[in-house]
Amino acid sequence: MSALLEEMSEKALQLGVPLSVQLDLTYRCNERCVHCYLEHDDHGEMTTVEIKSLLRELADAGVFILTLSGGEIMLRKDFFDILERARQLTFCIKLKTNAILIGEREAERIKSLGVESIQVSIYSHRPEVHDSITKVPGSLHRSIHAIRFLKARGLKLIIANVLMAQNRQDYRGVRALAAELGVDCTLDPTVTPKMDGDRSILRLGADHATLREVFREEGLVRSTTDFCAPAPKADDGVLDSLPCSAGHNACYVSPYGDVYPCVQFPLPSGNVRRAPFLDIWRHSEQLNEVRSIRLRDLPSCSQCVHASGCTRCPGLAYMEGNMRGPSIQDCEKSFARTGIPSVNLLSRAAQVPRLVQIQGLKTAAAAA
Amino acid sequence: MSQSLYPYRSTQIASRKLGGEMMIMSASDSTLFTLNETATILWEAADGSASLEEIVAAKIFPQFDVEYEKALDDTETLAQQLASHGILFLASEPKGPGRACSGERVNQ
Repeated sequence: MSALLEEMSEKALQLGVPLSVQLDLTYRCNERCVHCYLEHDDHGEMTTVEIKSLLRELADAGVFILTLSGGEIMLRKDFFDILERARQLTFCIKLKTNAILIGEREAERIKSLGVESIQVSIYSHRPEVHDSITKVPGSLHRSIHAIRFLKARGLKLIIANVLMAQNRQDYRGVRALAAELGVDCTLDPTVTPKMDGDRSILRLGADHATLREVFREEGLVRSTTDFCAPAPKADDGVLDSLPCSAGHNACYVSPYGDVYPCVQFPLPSGNVRRAPFLDIWRHSEQLNEVRSIRLRDLPSCSQCVHASGCTRCPGLAYMEGNMRGPSIQDCEKSFARTGIPSVNLLSRAAQVPRLVQIQGLKTAAAAA
Repeated sequence: MSQSLYPYRSTQIASRKLGGEMMIMSASDSTLFTLNETATILWEAADGSASLEEIVAAKIFPQFDVEYEKALDDTETLAQQLASHGILFLASEPKGPGRACSGERVNQ
């Protein structure tokens, strides 16, 4: 984040303005990624009229950065109608897409509408790996084609890669592909539980050894020495800080109008079909509860050696059962990064029943 | 100023007012700008229909304790600065409502 954007974020925080909103236009998708946290059936998406009305409300509330995501945004037949309206309202638009439905005509339209950036999910540079994750044969080829169309028109592209066991060998290849295409690349080591709470897909995530490896990869982190160093002791400034921006100057709206603090924090906080967005933003009990939490209010994490350096996600903690609790995935990341177990990991280890070796059983049986 | 200039905003930008300051993001290179109060007044008035002189006379001069000529000079400098970043254009003729903002530009 640029220094100026950071300054604006801080100002938005002080003014209580939702500077950044992610709006998912649909949960329908033309890929079936093995790690996806969504359920893809349509349960009554907002109509074009509803979305356009919401866009007006978001602009009036002060939203500047609007991320349009899904599902696959291009599956909405009214996508360009929505995008055009969003640009008339002068939002800074970021798109998230798999891009396989973007041809030259769509790329031209996106360019003409002044989109700020487009994030495309790429899981491997090898079709057999990427396509086995998306479960769509030919999807890597089509996504790369689209990236080329978009890049050729001067658009800013970001390849987003999720690190999993299935593609753990390929993150360097994806970075090389991004370099060849002349686009940015991010690597996210987190597989998110499904929005309905199902955690079974977490087994797809990268293991400890892979996390250790990527956290020490030159080029992925600015300085491996600094990145992997133990966190300094948390002082009052840290303990009084906000856990993250979710619900403070950012939030998420689902295709059904549900408002959450963040896409990764599915705490139902209101619905824009039943109440104006600004009323939900200002008065939702749930959002106000999220806003009230400081690091010192987290019983376990505030006592942890990683308190000042952890990437703890309150949404992942919420999905684990307690928004004030730890997030095991972030505990594991802190451990892989520094080699020091978190308070939560130590506590879990202490609770695991020790294996008892039964001695003399054979002797006892023989005696019987 | 030898000829009247009619400022109009680029369509390739995003903008939002935050606590009196205008934030502007250029889609071409993701550069973020913030405008102070005076620049925000100019920005909001820059729809291509009014000249710099008209904007200064109607919107800027009445609000600030400054001579008209000085206000006009400062506003023109400001407009040229914004134009140099490609977020504002300066036309030699007024632009009617609804016309695309991709016509003639005197700041190229």
